[in-house]
Amino acid sequence: MHEAPEIHRPQPPTKPGCDRAKSSHQTQRRRGKIPDVTVVVARDSFDTLFAALARRGYECVGPTVRDGAIVYDRLRSPEDLPRGWTDEQAPGHYRLHRRNDEALFGYVVGPHSWKKFVFPPERRLWQLRRGDQGFERVDEPSAPPRYAFLGVRACELAALGIQDRVFAGGEYAEPHYRDTRAAALVIAVECTESAATCFCDSMNTGPGVDAGFDLALTEVLGDEHVFVARAGSDRGAEILAELPTRAATAAELDAARAGVENAADQQQRRIDPEALPELMAASYESPRWEQIAERCLSCANCTLACPTCFCSDVEDVSDLTGEHAERWRRWDSCFNPGFSYLYGGEVRKTTASRYRQWLTHKLGSWVAQFGSSGCVGCGRCITWCPVGIDLIEEVAQLRGAQS
Amino acid sequence: MKNTRPKLAVWKFASCDGCQLSLLDCEDELLAVAGAIEIAMFPEASSAMVEGPYDVSLVEGSITTPHDAERIHEVRAQSGTLITIGACATAGGIQALRNFADVEEFTRAVYASPEYIDTLGQSTPIADHVQVDFELRGCPIDKGQLLEVLSAFLNRRKPRIPSHSVCVECKRRGTVCVMVAQGSACLGPVTHAGCGALCPTYDRACFGCFGPTERANSASLTEWWRRELGVPEPDVGRAYHTFNTWAEPFRSAGDTKDTQR
Repeated sequence: MHEAPEIHRPQPPTKPGCDRAKSSHQTQRRRGKIPDVTVVVARDSFDTLFAALARRGYECVGPTVRDGAIVYDRLRSPEDLPRGWTDEQAPGHYRLHRRNDEALFGYVVGPHSWKKFVFPPERRLWQLRRGDQGFERVDEPSAPPRYAFLGVRACELAALGIQDRVFAGGEYAEPHYRDTRAAALVIAVECTESAATCFCDSMNTGPGVDAGFDLALTEVLGDEHVFVARAGSDRGAEILAELPTRAATAAELDAARAGVENAADQQQRRIDPEALPELMAASYESPRWEQIAERCLSCANCTLACPTCFCSDVEDVSDLTGEHAERWRRWDSCFNPGFSYLYGGEVRKTTASRYRQWLTHKLGSWVAQFGSSGCVGCGRCITWCPVGIDLIEEVAQLRGAQS
Repeated sequence: MKNTRPKLAVWKFASCDGCQLSLLDCEDELLAVAGAIEIAMFPEASSAMVEGPYDVSLVEGSITTPHDAERIHEVRAQSGTLITIGACATAGGIQALRNFADVEEFTRAVYASPEYIDTLGQSTPIADHVQVDFELRGCPIDKGQLLEVLSAFLNRRKPRIPSHSVCVECKRRGTVCVMVAQGSACLGPVTHAGCGALCPTYDRACFGCFGPTERANSASLTEWWRRELGVPEPDVGRAYHTFNTWAEPFRSAGDTKDTQR
């Protein structure tokens, strides 16, 4: 069996994005045993990969087409992957289109994120039953699900790293998160294209990956449809060793590198993460918040689509007889009514104060709290805002108002 | 034992009966309900009616006649806890469309002898007339929520009825946003949760059955529909002019030029 897996903790990024893109294909090894090679896996070998995952008891989850979007769900075979699809994204806008090739990963991130697996939207924490000796507590099964995450993007690796710090980084770890995350195998896929809403390059979180994965793939659509592959852990190396591979050619490595650079070059949205905490602190009384509130629906979509937002509500329910009670945890949002309710009323009654809370925490105070920005540049909050409120634009407006 | 069960009454005003049928719809839980509560007054279910007062009353329907405007006070007087169920009782219902028009014109057009019709000019929610202890939304209500409110009443705790948007229910279910991914004119972002995001999960935009959220910014939503989704003006009015048409801000959002008579 495998050694006890550790939770990957990417360091807060310091390098500019383009350096990251280039360095992503230099072999960075976290442990000595991992063979220092970059190999090529043929597209046809995905069946073998799925079989290797199944043999190890993993439930493979990853991108698949459903309801007009690429969502994350159970994958039974490589046929479930969104072969030949791409996504068009803009503020408040998402559409799927057919590609003119057979790419398996020719799109970026969709409405779902991996947090739905490690931090489920709804989870029963325990139950109580009334017995002869008072209430008897029934705990939930402690065995974590055993996921193989296939197709984790660079920004999503960064998001998982942030959630690791939030849920499992301190003295009081959230056990379900910690165990699910530790059991999960992470197969990253580098982006070779960006959506219009992407800004990972300026957030220094992508589009290339250099740590925090068990396996990393870069899709190359040349004469041959292949994936440049690297292992990032012993687990990843074991699986890679079971696949038919050959040494990568210089041309294939160049193509992979060029793909990642292309993804970075395509990004038009930029943000300066270093300057954000100061800007957020200085913008506390900005009139801009009221202007945003005229458009903001306070519907919570941005926070629930965000791969790092971690707020939840804990609710107790009882049945009609009063013999049985349950405690549930559910995704909550700082935009929801009642979220800031304390005795006597809500701390943040207005939409302006709620949006300000979200943005200043995400981009500003998160750094002091958790050691990095809460934003990874995935663009989900921009795409999935029903009225297209653009975080990049709002930051620019706040900056403009300040100078 | 039987006498210690709280007495429940179900009352009907102007409505379609769908919400009170949700109680009979409980099926699997109905015996548990009957075990925990004495269903003392429920004409839809039984002609055996026990006299008041009642510990808890479920009130369905809106106030549309002078007679009902008096009767609701009698219901209030003999009820301990009064819970309104459904869009009619909490917002005036679909029949509140009359509030935007001349009801006498309607009665003249519909009835052969309109002089027999004794009706009010407006359909109004129960809370406009008497104090309401809890309002359960929906057209119809969700039976799970009804059971939750009754459980909370029996156990003397606060009902767990979230007041956030339908979007939260979509996101928790993993339902892809029909507005963003399809351009559908969805009321979900401004609509109170409770249905479990039923329509978007079946690939249909939210109808707003549970009425507006506390801070519903329908002006912004409508602006996006017009500008980005190209929703024609009459459709904007129709979207808001349904079961919760009299609840602000749906009331003013739906009152567009094209829907005014």
